[in-house]
Amino acid sequence: MADTPLGLSKSELLKAYRTMRTIREFEERLHVDFGRGDIPGFVHLYAGEEAAGTGIMLHLGDGDRIASTHRGHGHCIAKGVDVVEMMKEIYGKKGGSCHGKGGSMHIADLSKGMMGANGILGAGAPLVCGAALAAKFRGKGEVAISFVGDGASNQGTFLESLNLAAVWNLPAIFVVENNGYAESTSRDYAVAVDSYVDRAAGFGLPGVTVDGTDFFAVYEAAGEIIRRAREGGGPSLLECKMVRFFGHFEGDAQTYRGAGEVDDIRTHKDCLKKFRHEVTVAGVLSADDLKDVDEEVAALIEHAVREAKAAPLPTEADLTTDVYVKY
Amino acid sequence: MARKISMKQAINEALDQEMTRDPSVIVMGEDIVGGAGGDGERDAWGGVLGVTKGLYAKHGDRLMDTPLSESAYVGAAIGAAACGMRPVAELMFIDFMGVCFDQIFNQAAKFRYMFGGKAETPVVIRTMVGAGFRAAAQHSQMLTPLFTHIPGLKVVCPSTPYDTKGLLIQSIRDNDPVIFCEHKNLYGFEGEVPEASYTIPLGEASLAREGRHVSIITYGLMVHRALEAAAQLAKDGIDVEIVDLRSLSPLDIDTVLDSVTKTGRAVCVDEANPRCSIAADISAQVVQHAFGALKAGIEMVAPPHVPVPFSPVLEDLYIPSSAQIAAAARKTMQGARQ
Repeated sequence: MADTPLGLSKSELLKAYRTMRTIREFEERLHVDFGRGDIPGFVHLYAGEEAAGTGIMLHLGDGDRIASTHRGHGHCIAKGVDVVEMMKEIYGKKGGSCHGKGGSMHIADLSKGMMGANGILGAGAPLVCGAALAAKFRGKGEVAISFVGDGASNQGTFLESLNLAAVWNLPAIFVVENNGYAESTSRDYAVAVDSYVDRAAGFGLPGVTVDGTDFFAVYEAAGEIIRRAREGGGPSLLECKMVRFFGHFEGDAQTYRGAGEVDDIRTHKDCLKKFRHEVTVAGVLSADDLKDVDEEVAALIEHAVREAKAAPLPTEADLTTDVYVKY
Repeated sequence: MARKISMKQAINEALDQEMTRDPSVIVMGEDIVGGAGGDGERDAWGGVLGVTKGLYAKHGDRLMDTPLSESAYVGAAIGAAACGMRPVAELMFIDFMGVCFDQIFNQAAKFRYMFGGKAETPVVIRTMVGAGFRAAAQHSQMLTPLFTHIPGLKVVCPSTPYDTKGLLIQSIRDNDPVIFCEHKNLYGFEGEVPEASYTIPLGEASLAREGRHVSIITYGLMVHRALEAAAQLAKDGIDVEIVDLRSLSPLDIDTVLDSVTKTGRAVCVDEANPRCSIAADISAQVVQHAFGALKAGIEMVAPPHVPVPFSPVLEDLYIPSSAQIAAAARKTMQGARQ
């Protein structure tokens, strides 16, 4: 329970910081290692967006389901997917979350309620309607959360799902992670309404917009929405306005962004800096507390990378398992 | 003497028995109860052709009418399957698959493999296939090859009420996504069906007719056309064997090869358009694995490579006929490979 002025206990705040710090360290490390050519395929980084995934996921247990996006590493980490297995997966190794068959864009761990990152934009929203329907039948107060970016918020799958969730009164929550860009295309160009609250209202759902770089704002808004869903109050939409530190994918030159834009958001909209400021000014966590977490996380990521590099590659025998092949 | 029921009744009975046996079985689709939210009968329709009629009275809210949002509800069925339910989604016509194809071929079909074997997706998508209803190009297709092409999906297309019941129950119990294709022109077809629940394994063909001279390999409505052709050919002393594939993925190629090895002649019949069809696939596999047994070139009978036309005279020309099948069989009897 809350025993601090910030509404969360010290251990909860440390957990939140550890989660955000782990995501940041994981993504910054991938940025470097991808640039070195160590990692195959497409990689989309969540750095800068940590407060949203973390502030929401702290309210969830393993029985609550989420469906993520192509930018899914942060959601995985916040939902409790093993970081070493994730790193192995991204390196395409045996022992990865999906035994090297999924890769960065498809990391999943159903045992943690993580239904997968998804290479198809907006595809998670219908799946979450199903997860929420299953939760409703189970009757244990579980919820399901679909993450989409501002880009995928224009997909028919997403819009259909808002309606279906409202019609069936599902314990489903639709989180729009609005980082301002659909790949290279500005949100302001591609989304016809100014407010996602208006869009939600058009489908009969309550909607809330929060500053997605403010962990405490996300945590509070998500808590209210999730509580309502657990109690049978139905679906909601939560828009988190956030920032993307890196490009759409690794290797993106980002020439569509304004001069100084990234420097500016790293200086003024870094959710980790904001969090550190709040907790230290409030006197709840000390600089030493945070430093301990930083060191612990740095060691974890270093360990994960070493393990991933040392892990064996899949073999030819793995090519034809986990699917009905005989035809 | 077992009782006779229609294929439609066989589907209804299979759903009823599985819903009774397993509380995780739920059924959803457009108008499958038919009457949600209106002032009239709550279960007015029971599906557009009445296949699910009466199930709501027994199983209540485990049958759900959906908005006309195929992506959302087919995706919801898939998502619920990944979370411990066994949903059966009815997609009225296979022609509507285009609206929700991503959820089927990028989501359901991929989960088990893409997640390293850690996910199961026990969803059944029931859908009407086939021509002959004067329903024209967007409600008459036999798109079975599209789904058979995709690893991770299972594809079933029965020809009799007996097979329909056993295969549907098996499909519901299967842990992979199954596209269950019901030929709309067979809904009224009657046959003997035991009342008790039973299963037929996926991936086992059956012999609709045993014979010595020529093998006709087909599925669905075309099994019946092949039987008619066989009756005509028998008058001329040509003894036809008919392999009813029943499930297209997994495919029982062994039964096909055994039959062709025995007869030395193969006619592959498909109601799907000919390019990249089931018939083309079977032909290729027969050539690959049983070339030495062939006494004549393989014949293929399929519609022309055109959309299904509306005008009854054109549609009748489109659908492969028993006369075309018989002519193809006769051709294999004439051809002698040197």
